[in-house]
Amino acid sequence: MNDQPKGIKEGLEKWRECRCQMKDRDFRFETVSGMEVKDLYTPLDIEDLDYERDLGFPGEYPFTRGVYRNMYRGRLWTMRQFAGFATAKESNKRYKYLLEKGQTGLSVAFDMPTIMGYDSDHPRSLGEVGRVGVAIDSLQDMETLFDGIPLDKVSTSMTINAPAAVIWCMYIATGEKQGVRPEKLTGTIQNDILKEYIAQKSWIFPPEPSMRLITDIFAYASRHVPKWNTISISGYHIREAGSTAVQELAFTLADGFAYVEAGIKAGLNVDDFAPRLSFFFNAHIDFFEEIAKYRAARRIWARRMKEKYGAKDPRSWLLRFHTQTAGCSLTAQQPENNIVRTAYEALAAVLGGTQSLHTNSMDEVLALPTEKAVQIALRTQQILAYETGVANVIDPLAGSYYVEALTNKMEEEAEKYFEEIEKRGGVLACIEQNFFQQEIADAAYRYQRALDSKQRILVGVNEFVNPDEKLEIEILKIDPKIEQEQVARLQKLRRERDNIRVRETLEALRRACEGTENVIPYILDCVRAYATEGEIIQVMREVFGEYKEKPTF
Amino acid sequence: MARKIRVLVAKPGLDGHDRGARVIARALRDAGMEVIYTGLHQTPEQIVEAAIQEDVDVVGLSILSGAHMTLIPRVTQLLRENGADDIIVIGGGTIPEDDIRALKEGGWVKELFTPGTPLEAIAEWIQSNVKV
Repeated sequence: MNDQPKGIKEGLEKWRECRCQMKDRDFRFETVSGMEVKDLYTPLDIEDLDYERDLGFPGEYPFTRGVYRNMYRGRLWTMRQFAGFATAKESNKRYKYLLEKGQTGLSVAFDMPTIMGYDSDHPRSLGEVGRVGVAIDSLQDMETLFDGIPLDKVSTSMTINAPAAVIWCMYIATGEKQGVRPEKLTGTIQNDILKEYIAQKSWIFPPEPSMRLITDIFAYASRHVPKWNTISISGYHIREAGSTAVQELAFTLADGFAYVEAGIKAGLNVDDFAPRLSFFFNAHIDFFEEIAKYRAARRIWARRMKEKYGAKDPRSWLLRFHTQTAGCSLTAQQPENNIVRTAYEALAAVLGGTQSLHTNSMDEVLALPTEKAVQIALRTQQILAYETGVANVIDPLAGSYYVEALTNKMEEEAEKYFEEIEKRGGVLACIEQNFFQQEIADAAYRYQRALDSKQRILVGVNEFVNPDEKLEIEILKIDPKIEQEQVARLQKLRRERDNIRVRETLEALRRACEGTENVIPYILDCVRAYATEGEIIQVMREVFGEYKEKPTF
Repeated sequence: MARKIRVLVAKPGLDGHDRGARVIARALRDAGMEVIYTGLHQTPEQIVEAAIQEDVDVVGLSILSGAHMTLIPRVTQLLRENGADDIIVIGGGTIPEDDIRALKEGGWVKELFTPGTPLEAIAEWIQSNVKV
């Protein structure tokens, strides 16, 4: 046994001598993140790998091989297509269409005014209502959005961050109207404000009150909505903003640790909220790098939660995650090629052990997806699940010299970032120092330069171009009338509701915000009285203030 | 020696997708221009005020929220109302072809650059369209 590495070493040296006489193609052999990779991996690259310590069995510590013992043999990943546009009524129709086509969970996209906490009739909402998602102004819209969809039968993911508490309360109140008790509700709110400051930039309040809202949600959910995923700690947007895979991994987990520390600091027991934390990663085009990223993420999280934060409940150690294929890997040129890109990315996510998956539609680089494009995207997942056989075996790439070496490398590089972040005073300090933002901007610029100089090839864009390409795919158009109709509906609601009750509940919320009580019950009261999202956020804005970023490039 | 071309890179609208704006701001600076970046969530009024105050040659609008048909004409309109229609308005982002045609034919924008445009192409376009 001991002679084996020696034999391999000698063989490798001999092989290397002959191999080096052969000329390589003129190509940069590195991952999409610019990480150099060797031409060959052997047992020597994972000599220090200890199976039980570093990999273990699926569903067992440190979960490198997956969070469940039976993985996809028990239940396939949830096929969850992100959707939402125009009005609640239109989106409700799309959800019913997706459920009918075999989708297994809902995922709500909101329009920019809803994301930024403005009502549809606010001057800043002009031209943006219903454009990139559904417009939700009040509980009334939420009731319409889920009309005929029993909330105890579906799990719903809602991509909402700064105003997450308000939208979540609207969902809880919609359940009440349907006769579904909060403890029956399942789903996720994204609720990850740190990555907003870092990458997606849809913030409202400054970091401190934002963190308080998040820990209030943790506390409320653990008592009243125990099956709800209270946060989806997101690397997706960090990657889309141009980060490397390592940055996505490191910054996302660092955010996760910051939420854990905030929860503990707020007096919560780590095992009371950690099992409800979930993650959201990108699936970019570099196949092996992505798989290594997911495997490393699980291992790092499990080790820290157990060893550093003292979590005792094994569920607190699990890094469960949703994946979306990379929007930024898609091209406006020859958009049909995006179907192929998305399929490879989806395969990486599945081989990496994702719990749920959104596959992008080929036309998302041009506009919101059409029904046809959405169907192809969903079918891509179904082909993966039912035809390819990749879901039959758990973590089938484990033991690959390359995949294991790359998994180790991702972990090492992430650890270096954790050290740097700690040295700089933690995640919030790094945001203030523009550290993450600058690291990401540098990576994005390097990537674009590599494309421009053709050091990196993007098919159909800087190579294999169809010179006289004419776009022949249908584009989903949002009727501008939708904005006027939404505004009219909102103004009618304002006239017809009990405005005294609205004022009382908003005043009570203001006092709660000024104090230290959990604000969620107060927001719920506002929502039940049909106070609008904009009115509720405005009260909070007046107490908490607004965040401003120093613009840099 | 000719003075440097001055460009305001602006992000109107409510979305926070600033990857493109920041990459382009940097590329134009590397191409020798003076670049001012407004930061996020700017109203057309704020953008026009900054453009006039900074005395720029070009305003580059980055829009990925689908609100381009409202926001681009609004910026151009405000520039005209303020007697600053010598400032060239260009833009980029996720903008469908039909809308590009409508915005250009309506005289609301001089040029629109869609995803996949090389950075140099944008810099060269500006250099050949601005007289300094």
